[in-house]
Amino acid sequence: MSATADIGPAADAAATDASAAAPAPPVAAWRRARGALLALALPIGLIVAWHLATHGRKYSLIPPPSDVAIELYDLAFGGIYDDAYSGTLYVHLLASMSRVYGGFALALAVALPLGLMIGRIALMRQLLDPTLQLLRPIPVTAWLPLAMIMFGLGPRSAFFLVFLGAFYPILINTIFGVRSVDPRLFEAASMLGCTGSVQFFKVVLPASLPAIFTGLRLGLGFAWVVIVVGEMTGVETGLGAIIMEARQLSRTEIVICGMIVIGIAGFITDRLVVLLGRRLLRWSPSHA
Amino acid sequence: MRDTTVPVIELKDVGKQFELQGRRIEALRGARLTVHKGEFVCLIGASGCGKSTLLRIIAGFERPTHGEALMWGVPIAGPAPDRGMVFQDYGLFPWLTVRRNIAFGPIARGRPAAEVKDTVERFISLIGLQRFADAYPHQLSGGMKQRVAIARVLANDADVVLMDEPFGALDAMTRERLQDELLEIWQRTGLTVMFVTHSIEEAIFLADRVVVMSPGPGRIESEMRIDLPRRRDVSAPDFNEIRRELSRRLHNDLARKAA
Repeated sequence: MSATADIGPAADAAATDASAAAPAPPVAAWRRARGALLALALPIGLIVAWHLATHGRKYSLIPPPSDVAIELYDLAFGGIYDDAYSGTLYVHLLASMSRVYGGFALALAVALPLGLMIGRIALMRQLLDPTLQLLRPIPVTAWLPLAMIMFGLGPRSAFFLVFLGAFYPILINTIFGVRSVDPRLFEAASMLGCTGSVQFFKVVLPASLPAIFTGLRLGLGFAWVVIVVGEMTGVETGLGAIIMEARQLSRTEIVICGMIVIGIAGFITDRLVVLLGRRLLRWSPSHA
Repeated sequence: MRDTTVPVIELKDVGKQFELQGRRIEALRGARLTVHKGEFVCLIGASGCGKSTLLRIIAGFERPTHGEALMWGVPIAGPAPDRGMVFQDYGLFPWLTVRRNIAFGPIARGRPAAEVKDTVERFISLIGLQRFADAYPHQLSGGMKQRVAIARVLANDADVVLMDEPFGALDAMTRERLQDELLEIWQRTGLTVMFVTHSIEEAIFLADRVVVMSPGPGRIESEMRIDLPRRRDVSAPDFNEIRRELSRRLHNDLARKAA
């Protein structure tokens, strides 16, 4: 690094960063492969254990992994059993996803501005915070009966539960992010001519973005948890609905398929949020 | 010194009291100070002497509880771009690149885009950070961050630059280099600088005038004009003599307090 001589400590730091990020290609490939192997070791082990525990037993209530894999294929593409479930996976997945993302988007649209205001404006905090804190310990699932009365049996209750499940993590983390903005930054902004409500967009929002992203991840996680509960009663489609229905029909392999699909969908969603976060939070030493 | 009609900054009997955990604390009492355009004034004193409070009152971050703080003869009502502050902990916006940190002020004041771009490039080359223009603050060294903080204030056309121990967190070599750079910028631009430090040597090296402050309650003890030609040699006998005199004033004051 030619910069080291004339710039000093930062250039040194930049140089070490660069060399850490881009080691020689074969080393990098090995490191990545090793990481993947280590990450896969436990799931493969679990599947093997599952197989050994269930395969060949006549009265096992839990189907072996091979049965589940065949069922998952049939659920997704059909052509094996050709029963009522064959080839219906995407209908259920789409139904659940639309509720998860819809409820989540609504929660974001309400919780983010509310959190920014509660964090920054004392009057809003005094007015809203006690009530919100009092409602927070009520588990989202406890709202189900009331939700069914208010929104009727069906997808709208599920949507409401998802909204509620995602709402608090986003709200709490946004408030936390706003409250922990370095007061120095407000001084800096105001002496540079940025005052009043403009500071909301120029200082408060970007400074609390890391905490807001933590809230988004938690909120989305909760949304996937809650969707199953929300879809368990009175909903025709959705991953929660088929899990519940298959349980009643003792089609345990379908139950497990539903669990696997929820896991994968939740995982992919979380990765997307993390990737988006990395792009938006490039500036933050703890995210870059 | 140069413009003698209206002082840029004038403090008239300024005092500041505040409450801390139910106790009344007098951070500053009866401060009188006049600073003229283009002057480089250093404030020194032990901790608790109110030097930072005084600077923050001029910046508009704090209101005096007694007296008046004036800029160009008008009472200071709050922070504004004509008084730029350089903090010891930099206060850069971590989510903005060097370039956009410097552009923050001009954009906030609604300057046209083309002008902002020109201004930013000019100040980036003034502080010699062209190669780091798109780096984020966490990728910079302390010295580079402080250069950006200075450029950010200059790019905003500040008349007065207020510096609160700006080089206190830097290593000795970087500090010396930044002192030289600051003097060069000051001489080139005709800025007015008020600079808080606890280093006697730094004060004598930089200032036209050194204001000595003392604690309990914080107040202005005395002033001393430094007429040594620049660039000043910190090892010269006359520099040492001034250092001894200032040191005596600071310690006298501490001794008196202890007695």
